[in-house]
Amino acid sequence: MIELIKKPWPWYVAGPLIGLIVPALLLLGNKHFGISANLRHICAACFPANIPFFQYNWKKEIWNLFFVGGILTGGYIAAQWLSDGNAVSIAPALASELRSYNITDTQHLLPQEIFSWEHLLTLRSFILLVVGGFLVGFGTRYAGGCTSGHAIMGLSNLQWPSLVATICFMAGGFVMANVLLPFILNL
Amino acid sequence: MSDKITDYEVQSSESSMPVNTSTMHNLRYALVGIVFGIVFVRAEIVSWFRIQEMFRLQSFHMYGVIGSAVLVGMISVWLIKKSGVKAIDGMPVTFQPKKFHKGQIFGGLMFGLGWAMTGACPGPLFAQIGSGVTVVLVVLLSAVAGTWMYGYLKEKLPH
Repeated sequence: MIELIKKPWPWYVAGPLIGLIVPALLLLGNKHFGISANLRHICAACFPANIPFFQYNWKKEIWNLFFVGGILTGGYIAAQWLSDGNAVSIAPALASELRSYNITDTQHLLPQEIFSWEHLLTLRSFILLVVGGFLVGFGTRYAGGCTSGHAIMGLSNLQWPSLVATICFMAGGFVMANVLLPFILNL
Repeated sequence: MSDKITDYEVQSSESSMPVNTSTMHNLRYALVGIVFGIVFVRAEIVSWFRIQEMFRLQSFHMYGVIGSAVLVGMISVWLIKKSGVKAIDGMPVTFQPKKFHKGQIFGGLMFGLGWAMTGACPGPLFAQIGSGVTVVLVVLLSAVAGTWMYGYLKEKLPH
Protein backbone atom coordinates (compact mmCIF):
# COMPACT_ATOMS: atom_id res chain seq x y z
CA MET A 1 0.00 0.00 0.00
CA ILE A 2 2.70 2.46 1.03
CA GLU A 3 4.61 1.60 -2.18
CA LEU A 4 1.52 2.51 -4.18
CA ILE A 5 1.15 5.82 -2.33
CA LYS A 6 4.76 6.69 -3.08
CA LYS A 7 4.22 6.39 -6.83
CA PRO A 8 2.72 9.43 -8.63
CA TRP A 9 -1.06 9.28 -8.18
CA PRO A 10 -3.17 8.93 -11.34
CA TRP A 11 -5.73 11.59 -12.24
CA TYR A 12 -8.71 9.37 -11.44
CA VAL A 13 -7.57 9.19 -7.82
CA ALA A 14 -6.48 12.82 -7.41
CA GLY A 15 -9.39 14.49 -9.26
CA PRO A 16 -12.24 12.90 -7.26
CA LEU A 17 -10.36 13.56 -3.98
CA ILE A 18 -10.07 17.24 -4.92
CA GLY A 19 -13.74 17.29 -5.90
CA LEU A 20 -14.62 15.96 -2.43
CA ILE A 21 -13.04 19.07 -0.87
CA VAL A 22 -16.16 20.94 -2.08
CA PRO A 23 -18.69 19.02 0.07
CA ALA A 24 -16.15 18.61 2.89
CA LEU A 25 -15.83 22.38 3.33
CA LEU A 26 -19.57 22.96 2.88
CA LEU A 27 -20.47 20.34 5.48
CA LEU A 28 -17.74 21.29 7.95
CA GLY A 29 -18.99 24.86 8.24
CA ASN A 30 -20.66 26.22 5.09
CA LYS A 31 -17.33 27.27 3.56
CA HIS A 32 -16.93 27.73 -0.16
CA PHE A 33 -13.87 26.21 -1.75
CA GLY A 34 -11.65 29.06 -2.93
CA ILE A 35 -8.00 29.59 -2.20
CA SER A 36 -6.91 32.86 -3.82
CA ALA A 37 -8.97 34.87 -1.30
CA ASN A 38 -6.27 34.16 1.28
CA LEU A 39 -3.99 36.55 -0.63
CA ARG A 40 -6.56 39.25 -0.03
CA HIS A 41 -6.81 38.32 3.66
CA ILE A 42 -3.02 38.61 3.94
CA CYS A 43 -3.22 42.13 2.46
CA ALA A 44 -6.10 43.04 4.77
CA ALA A 45 -4.19 41.76 7.79
CA CYS A 46 -0.75 43.17 6.97
CA PHE A 47 -1.00 46.13 4.57
CA PRO A 48 -4.59 47.46 4.46
CA ALA A 49 -3.34 51.04 3.78
CA ASN A 50 -6.85 52.50 4.00
CA ILE A 51 -7.80 50.84 0.72
CA PRO A 52 -11.55 50.09 0.84
CA PHE A 53 -11.01 46.64 -0.74
CA PHE A 54 -9.00 45.63 2.33
CA GLN A 55 -11.30 47.14 4.97
CA TYR A 56 -13.16 44.14 6.32
CA ASN A 57 -12.83 41.85 9.28
CA TRP A 58 -10.30 39.37 7.90
CA LYS A 59 -10.38 37.46 11.18
CA LYS A 60 -13.83 36.20 10.19
CA GLU A 61 -12.15 34.55 7.18
CA ILE A 62 -9.40 32.97 9.21
CA TRP A 63 -10.51 29.46 8.25
CA ASN A 64 -8.96 30.10 4.83
CA LEU A 65 -5.56 30.79 6.38
CA PHE A 66 -5.81 27.54 8.39
CA PHE A 67 -6.71 25.81 5.14
CA VAL A 68 -3.60 27.05 3.27
CA GLY A 69 -1.47 26.34 6.35
CA GLY A 70 -2.71 22.77 6.00
CA ILE A 71 -1.84 22.71 2.28
CA LEU A 72 1.70 23.82 3.11
CA THR A 73 1.99 21.12 5.78
CA GLY A 74 0.54 18.51 3.42
CA GLY A 75 3.10 19.46 0.79
CA TYR A 76 5.85 18.95 3.34
CA ILE A 77 4.50 15.56 4.49
CA ALA A 78 4.12 14.34 0.90
CA ALA A 79 7.62 15.39 -0.11
CA GLN A 80 9.33 14.14 3.07
CA TRP A 81 7.68 10.82 3.71
CA LEU A 82 5.43 9.83 0.82
CA SER A 83 7.70 10.23 -2.19
CA ASP A 84 9.83 7.57 -3.87
CA GLY A 85 12.34 10.21 -4.93
CA ASN A 86 12.14 9.26 -8.60
CA ALA A 87 12.42 11.92 -11.29
CA VAL A 88 9.22 13.41 -12.71
CA SER A 89 8.47 11.64 -15.99
CA ILE A 90 7.56 14.19 -18.62
CA ALA A 91 6.29 14.06 -22.19
CA PRO A 92 9.21 13.49 -24.63
CA ALA A 93 8.18 16.48 -26.73
CA LEU A 94 8.29 18.75 -23.68
CA ALA A 95 11.62 17.29 -22.54
CA SER A 96 13.26 17.99 -25.89
CA GLU A 97 11.79 21.50 -26.08
CA LEU A 98 13.04 22.28 -22.57
CA ARG A 99 16.49 20.89 -23.42
CA SER A 100 16.78 23.58 -26.08
CA TYR A 101 16.46 26.15 -23.26
CA ASN A 102 19.03 24.28 -21.14
CA ILE A 103 16.39 22.96 -18.77
CA THR A 104 17.23 19.35 -18.01
CA ASP A 105 16.45 18.88 -14.32
CA THR A 106 13.39 16.68 -13.81
CA GLN A 107 14.42 15.47 -10.37
CA HIS A 108 12.22 18.10 -8.74
CA LEU A 109 8.59 19.05 -9.36
CA LEU A 110 9.88 22.39 -10.62
CA PRO A 111 13.04 22.66 -12.74
CA GLN A 112 15.99 23.88 -10.67
CA GLU A 113 17.31 25.89 -13.62
CA ILE A 114 14.41 28.30 -13.05
CA PHE A 115 13.07 27.69 -9.56
CA SER A 116 16.03 27.96 -7.22
CA TRP A 117 17.56 30.74 -5.15
CA GLU A 118 20.80 30.67 -7.13
CA HIS A 119 18.95 31.27 -10.41
CA LEU A 120 16.43 33.78 -9.05
CA LEU A 121 18.40 36.77 -10.28
CA THR A 122 18.79 35.49 -13.82
CA LEU A 123 16.53 37.43 -16.15
CA ARG A 124 14.27 34.53 -17.11
CA SER A 125 13.80 33.27 -13.55
CA PHE A 126 13.10 36.74 -12.28
CA ILE A 127 10.45 37.33 -14.94
CA LEU A 128 8.81 33.94 -14.43
CA LEU A 129 8.72 34.10 -10.62
CA VAL A 130 8.16 37.78 -9.93
CA VAL A 131 6.06 38.86 -12.92
CA GLY A 132 4.30 35.48 -13.00
CA GLY A 133 3.46 35.70 -9.30
CA PHE A 134 2.19 39.25 -9.69
CA LEU A 135 -0.11 38.17 -12.55
CA VAL A 136 -1.44 35.29 -10.45
CA GLY A 137 -2.25 37.62 -7.54
CA PHE A 138 -3.67 40.47 -9.62
CA GLY A 139 -5.54 38.23 -12.07
CA THR A 140 -7.21 35.96 -9.54
CA ARG A 141 -8.56 38.86 -7.52
CA TYR A 142 -9.68 40.76 -10.64
CA ALA A 143 -11.46 37.61 -11.79
CA GLY A 144 -12.85 37.04 -8.29
CA GLY A 145 -11.38 33.57 -7.92
CA CYS A 146 -8.89 31.01 -9.20
CA THR A 147 -8.94 27.41 -10.31
CA SER A 148 -10.56 26.35 -7.04
CA GLY A 149 -13.10 29.18 -6.65
CA HIS A 150 -14.18 29.40 -10.27
CA ALA A 151 -13.15 26.22 -12.12
CA ILE A 152 -14.07 23.79 -9.35
CA MET A 153 -16.48 25.49 -6.90
CA GLY A 154 -18.11 27.79 -9.48
CA LEU A 155 -18.61 25.09 -12.10
CA SER A 156 -19.84 22.65 -9.43
CA ASN A 157 -22.52 25.20 -8.60
CA LEU A 158 -23.28 25.65 -12.35
CA GLN A 159 -22.32 29.33 -12.46
CA TRP A 160 -21.78 30.45 -16.04
CA PRO A 161 -19.54 33.43 -15.11
CA SER A 162 -17.19 30.83 -13.63
CA LEU A 163 -17.17 29.04 -16.98
CA VAL A 164 -16.18 32.31 -18.67
CA ALA A 165 -13.39 32.78 -16.11
CA THR A 166 -12.18 29.19 -16.55
CA ILE A 167 -12.07 29.55 -20.35
CA CYS A 168 -10.04 32.74 -19.92
CA PHE A 169 -7.64 31.03 -17.48
CA MET A 170 -7.02 28.36 -20.12
CA ALA A 171 -6.73 30.88 -22.97
CA GLY A 172 -4.14 32.90 -21.04
CA GLY A 173 -2.21 29.73 -20.25
CA PHE A 174 -2.20 28.55 -23.86
CA VAL A 175 -0.92 31.92 -25.09
CA MET A 176 1.80 32.04 -22.46
CA ALA A 177 3.01 28.45 -22.86
CA ASN A 178 2.99 28.39 -26.66
CA VAL A 179 3.63 31.97 -27.75
CA LEU A 180 5.37 33.98 -25.02
CA LEU A 181 7.23 31.41 -22.93
CA PRO A 182 9.68 30.40 -25.69
CA PHE A 183 10.97 34.00 -25.74
CA ILE A 184 11.22 34.22 -21.96
CA LEU A 185 12.96 30.85 -21.63
CA ASN A 186 15.51 31.88 -24.25
CA LEU A 187 16.57 34.94 -22.23
CA MET B 1 -19.07 49.05 -6.89
CA SER B 2 -19.47 46.80 -3.89
CA ASP B 3 -17.39 43.72 -3.31
CA LYS B 4 -20.50 41.62 -3.56
CA ILE B 5 -20.43 42.05 -7.30
CA THR B 6 -16.77 41.27 -7.93
CA ASP B 7 -15.52 38.95 -5.23
CA TYR B 8 -17.37 35.92 -3.97
CA GLU B 9 -14.66 34.52 -1.79
CA VAL B 10 -15.18 36.72 1.24
CA GLN B 11 -18.30 35.13 2.64
CA SER B 12 -18.45 36.81 6.03
CA SER B 13 -18.98 40.28 4.57
CA GLU B 14 -22.07 39.01 2.80
CA SER B 15 -23.85 37.40 5.69
CA SER B 16 -24.62 38.24 9.24
CA MET B 17 -24.16 34.64 10.31
CA PRO B 18 -21.87 34.24 13.31
CA VAL B 19 -18.39 33.01 12.44
CA ASN B 20 -16.39 30.79 14.74
CA THR B 21 -12.82 32.08 14.79
CA SER B 22 -11.47 29.80 17.52
CA THR B 23 -8.36 27.79 16.71
CA MET B 24 -9.96 24.50 17.75
CA HIS B 25 -12.84 25.06 15.36
CA ASN B 26 -10.60 26.08 12.50
CA LEU B 27 -8.21 23.13 12.84
CA ARG B 28 -10.71 21.08 10.84
CA TYR B 29 -9.94 23.23 7.81
CA ALA B 30 -6.22 22.71 8.38
CA LEU B 31 -6.84 18.95 8.27
CA VAL B 32 -8.71 19.23 4.96
CA GLY B 33 -5.80 21.37 3.73
CA ILE B 34 -3.25 18.70 4.70
CA VAL B 35 -5.10 16.08 2.65
CA PHE B 36 -5.32 18.54 -0.23
CA GLY B 37 -1.61 19.37 -0.01
CA ILE B 38 -0.65 15.68 -0.09
CA VAL B 39 -2.86 15.08 -3.14
CA PHE B 40 -1.36 18.15 -4.85
CA VAL B 41 2.19 16.89 -4.46
CA ARG B 42 1.64 13.15 -4.97
CA ALA B 43 -0.42 13.69 -8.14
CA GLU B 44 2.19 16.21 -9.33
CA ILE B 45 -0.49 18.88 -9.81
CA VAL B 46 2.00 21.37 -8.36
CA SER B 47 4.58 20.42 -10.97
CA TRP B 48 5.57 23.11 -13.45
CA PHE B 49 6.08 20.31 -15.99
CA ARG B 50 2.49 19.05 -15.69
CA ILE B 51 1.16 22.57 -16.25
CA GLN B 52 3.38 23.00 -19.33
CA GLU B 53 2.09 19.66 -20.69
CA MET B 54 -1.49 20.75 -20.08
CA PHE B 55 -1.10 23.99 -22.04
CA ARG B 56 0.74 22.17 -24.85
CA LEU B 57 -1.86 19.37 -25.01
CA GLN B 58 0.90 16.85 -24.34
CA SER B 59 -0.78 15.02 -21.50
CA PHE B 60 -4.29 14.21 -20.35
CA HIS B 61 -3.34 14.22 -16.65
CA MET B 62 -4.42 17.75 -15.64
CA TYR B 63 -7.59 17.60 -17.75
CA GLY B 64 -8.48 14.34 -16.02
CA VAL B 65 -7.80 15.85 -12.59
CA ILE B 66 -9.79 19.04 -13.13
CA GLY B 67 -12.58 17.31 -15.08
CA SER B 68 -13.16 14.59 -12.50
CA ALA B 69 -12.88 17.10 -9.64
CA VAL B 70 -15.59 19.26 -11.23
CA LEU B 71 -17.79 16.21 -11.84
CA VAL B 72 -17.51 15.04 -8.22
CA GLY B 73 -18.04 18.63 -7.01
CA MET B 74 -21.14 19.04 -9.18
CA ILE B 75 -22.72 15.82 -7.97
CA SER B 76 -21.92 16.77 -4.36
CA VAL B 77 -23.43 20.25 -4.64
CA TRP B 78 -26.52 18.80 -6.34
CA LEU B 79 -26.93 16.22 -3.55
CA ILE B 80 -26.45 18.85 -0.83
CA LYS B 81 -29.04 21.16 -2.41
CA LYS B 82 -31.46 18.30 -3.09
CA SER B 83 -31.26 16.84 0.42
CA GLY B 84 -31.13 20.20 2.22
CA VAL B 85 -28.52 18.70 4.57
CA LYS B 86 -27.01 21.08 7.14
CA ALA B 87 -23.39 21.55 8.10
CA ILE B 88 -22.20 19.57 11.14
CA ASP B 89 -22.78 22.55 13.46
CA GLY B 90 -26.39 22.75 12.30
CA MET B 91 -25.64 25.75 10.12
CA PRO B 92 -27.53 25.81 6.81
CA VAL B 93 -25.43 25.36 3.67
CA THR B 94 -25.86 28.39 1.43
CA PHE B 95 -24.88 29.25 -2.13
CA GLN B 96 -24.52 32.64 -3.77
CA PRO B 97 -25.03 33.11 -7.50
CA LYS B 98 -22.08 34.74 -9.28
CA LYS B 99 -22.69 37.72 -11.53
CA PHE B 100 -20.75 38.25 -14.70
CA HIS B 101 -18.34 41.18 -14.89
CA LYS B 102 -15.46 42.01 -17.22
CA GLY B 103 -12.92 41.12 -14.56
CA GLN B 104 -13.64 37.47 -15.18
CA ILE B 105 -12.28 38.00 -18.71
CA PHE B 106 -9.39 40.43 -18.10
CA GLY B 107 -8.42 39.01 -14.74
CA GLY B 108 -8.92 35.47 -16.01
CA LEU B 109 -6.53 36.04 -18.91
CA MET B 110 -3.95 37.61 -16.59
CA PHE B 111 -4.16 34.72 -14.17
CA GLY B 112 -3.84 32.26 -17.08
CA LEU B 113 -0.61 33.94 -18.20
CA GLY B 114 0.77 33.79 -14.65
CA TRP B 115 -0.37 30.18 -14.20
CA ALA B 116 1.69 29.02 -17.20
CA MET B 117 4.71 31.06 -16.02
CA THR B 118 4.82 29.88 -12.42
CA GLY B 119 3.19 26.48 -12.90
CA ALA B 120 0.99 27.28 -9.94
CA CYS B 121 -2.40 28.56 -9.00
CA PRO B 122 -2.72 29.98 -5.49
CA GLY B 123 -3.28 26.60 -3.77
CA PRO B 124 -0.31 24.79 -5.30
CA LEU B 125 1.91 27.77 -4.40
CA PHE B 126 1.65 26.77 -0.75
CA ALA B 127 2.19 23.08 -1.52
CA GLN B 128 5.28 23.91 -3.61
CA ILE B 129 6.77 25.85 -0.70
CA GLY B 130 5.89 23.04 1.72
CA SER B 131 7.46 20.43 -0.56
CA GLY B 132 10.77 22.24 -0.17
CA VAL B 133 11.02 24.61 -3.14
CA THR B 134 11.45 27.61 -0.87
CA VAL B 135 12.18 30.07 -3.68
CA VAL B 136 8.45 29.94 -4.44
CA LEU B 137 8.12 32.25 -1.40
CA VAL B 138 9.15 34.95 -3.88
CA VAL B 139 6.23 33.99 -6.14
CA LEU B 140 3.88 34.10 -3.15
CA LEU B 141 5.08 37.54 -2.05
CA SER B 142 4.70 38.76 -5.61
CA ALA B 143 1.17 37.34 -5.75
CA VAL B 144 0.33 39.21 -2.51
CA ALA B 145 1.74 42.37 -4.13
CA GLY B 146 -0.40 41.74 -7.21
CA THR B 147 -3.52 41.31 -5.07
CA TRP B 148 -2.67 44.52 -3.21
CA MET B 149 -2.20 46.39 -6.48
CA TYR B 150 -5.59 45.16 -7.66
CA GLY B 151 -7.18 46.48 -4.48
CA TYR B 152 -5.39 49.80 -4.98
CA LEU B 153 -6.50 50.17 -8.63
CA LYS B 154 -9.89 48.50 -8.33
CA GLU B 155 -12.06 51.59 -8.83
CA LYS B 156 -10.17 52.54 -11.98
CA LEU B 157 -10.40 49.12 -13.63
CA PRO B 158 -13.27 48.07 -15.94
CA HIS B 159 -15.64 45.65 -14.26
